[in-house]
Amino acid sequence: MDLSTFFQHFINALQWGSFYALIALGYSMVYGVLMLFNFAHGDIFMAGAYIGFFISLGLVGLSTSGLLALPNWLIFILTLVLAMIGTACLGMIVERVAYRPLRDAPRASAAITGLMIGILMETSNLMVLGASRRNFPTLIEKTVYNIGGVSFTNTKIMIVILAVLIMLGLHLFVHRTKLGMAMRAMCYDYFVVPLMGVPTNFIASFTFATGSALAAVAGILFCIAYPVLEPYMGALVGWKAFVAAILGGRGSIPGAVLGGFLLGFIEIFVAAIFPSTLRDLIAYSITLLILTFKPHGFFGEPYSAQLGISARR
Amino acid sequence: MLRKALTLALASAFVAALFVGCKPAPLPVIKIGINAEITGDIPKVGEGTVYAAQLWLEDIEKAGGLKVGDKVYKVELVIGDNESKAESSAAVATKLCVEDKVLVVVGAQASKQAIPGGEVCDANETPMISPWSTNPRTTKDRPWVFRACFLDPFQGTVVAKFATEEFGFKKAAVLYDVASDYPKGIAEFFKAAFEKINGPGSVVAFETFTTKDRDFSAQLTKIKGSDADFLFTPQYYDEVPLIVKQAHELGWTKPIIGSDAWGSAELMPLCGDDCKGCFFSTHYAAKGAKGATKEFIDRYNAKYGYVPDDVGALTWDAMLIVQKAIQDCGTITGDIKKDRTCVREAMAAIKDFEGITGKMTFDPEGDPIKCAVIVRINEAGEFEFYKSACP
Repeated sequence: MDLSTFFQHFINALQWGSFYALIALGYSMVYGVLMLFNFAHGDIFMAGAYIGFFISLGLVGLSTSGLLALPNWLIFILTLVLAMIGTACLGMIVERVAYRPLRDAPRASAAITGLMIGILMETSNLMVLGASRRNFPTLIEKTVYNIGGVSFTNTKIMIVILAVLIMLGLHLFVHRTKLGMAMRAMCYDYFVVPLMGVPTNFIASFTFATGSALAAVAGILFCIAYPVLEPYMGALVGWKAFVAAILGGRGSIPGAVLGGFLLGFIEIFVAAIFPSTLRDLIAYSITLLILTFKPHGFFGEPYSAQLGISARR
Repeated sequence: MLRKALTLALASAFVAALFVGCKPAPLPVIKIGINAEITGDIPKVGEGTVYAAQLWLEDIEKAGGLKVGDKVYKVELVIGDNESKAESSAAVATKLCVEDKVLVVVGAQASKQAIPGGEVCDANETPMISPWSTNPRTTKDRPWVFRACFLDPFQGTVVAKFATEEFGFKKAAVLYDVASDYPKGIAEFFKAAFEKINGPGSVVAFETFTTKDRDFSAQLTKIKGSDADFLFTPQYYDEVPLIVKQAHELGWTKPIIGSDAWGSAELMPLCGDDCKGCFFSTHYAAKGAKGATKEFIDRYNAKYGYVPDDVGALTWDAMLIVQKAIQDCGTITGDIKKDRTCVREAMAAIKDFEGITGKMTFDPEGDPIKCAVIVRINEAGEFEFYKSACP
């Protein structure tokens, strides 16, 4: 593999990994704060994409009809922001309806509820919007740059930069604000936190909202890169992002980012080096191998530490 | 005396009433099952199937029913959704054959669904005709299964010959879904045909992905790095836009050629400018059609608002073949086993059927010998006839 081909694959992997990272963050954050895996998260990603689709369609329609002429980049930003808000609300509703009543129930019940909510979302989408594929409107004109044999589009760079900025923003939020501190406190010791006067229900809702907003960003960026929408688009990507979250260490935010990019790189480079038919086989064998040596992922902690039984950390 | 008279009167009235209630037994309703991809990955295919079948039914109902022999029968369509999934297709076929007791099954369309559907229909001794499935396994060794289109070994050769003769290409790259029967089959047939013409190793890149994959950048980068003169990607209309767009984004400027699964009415809305100028092999070209073909296109367009794709046209031909088979059979006894056997025999005996997609005569395997059409997507986004390729 010569250098330019390597860089081509590298850039492709950066984009592909960004999606996994953004979605894995949702899984890890919710696990860290509530000790439960939200298996409906992949479908929240799908919902974010569809909400963004309808918002952008509406704004583009308004713009072309002359009522409210907006430049495309502004439509893009508005779509992103409004979809984040909309999906955050959806996430909070899911938390309130499906997970809060099961707060003290066995973990398996919560997991199954998550799966059912996911299926509910997929099939309601299918029922209401029909099976036709939707085409996400082009908000950003793609220009292909070619530098030294490496081709990339402006959108590819934008996706990676936006994803990294948002992850940095999340990191700053979690480490520099009181709300972020409360979230970290819930990760450390779930039982003592309410005794300190921290409203756990509010923090739980807020965590879901943030995770869902990140999934919405992932959804819209995904549609910019791959503009065909369908009701089951969240299933495969959602499950792979879950694997990425586990790889990086469940409950860990830097872990989710690392896991997401790592899985993206493994998938792309395995397809680049080995025959592409063996891609999934080899990629997930590698993942399995990593987990054999690091069962809790790269940044994960053993279960006992997470329960706060040991005083370390 | 009075009692005797009363009893006699009542008895006569009773007997008379028996005869009043006695009518000749109603004619059995002819049920035709439709196994279509209404939801799932390729819903436009299911839509085309159902619309074309309903258009055919309209004609039958206008004539008051289907005339078989000297009797006129009511026809009913029983529609099942196979969700573009192989296991659902088997379930739908089972329901149509066993529960609904249909006379003939039309569909499924995509080979991934048609192959298991065909297995079920063959096992239940129900004649089945797939309008659109081109993989040989659908009809192979199944006397009860027919199809209305050409086969992939032929289609693969058509594309290979076209690329070589028309443009003089010597090296090819292929990108296909390894988990789906149709793309996998035709990719392999194309490779065999192309390497027969241009020598072994002339397919310089043979990349795969799995169904539902969205990112093809690794495979396309490898293809770009290979020396290929063109890219052949025999995929369905929901994946082609992503493949073509990503190829262009990675700087691929060479031609992209497809196969008949490209021909959906929903391809251009999803693909846009990226697909213009591409070629693909298919069953018919709507633009420039004449005669019965044009009649069908105009009628379909008037009723449903868009020009029918090859699925619609082939389903129309399949319904007419079914109609001819039932009418050639001559008698519907009501005994479903006998009727199905009769219809199957009539269908196998069809010679030189003039369909809107070409003339058809079934060979012993249940496949018609037909010509293919090479279509070019012009600057207006229309599928324009480019060249015809006959066996």
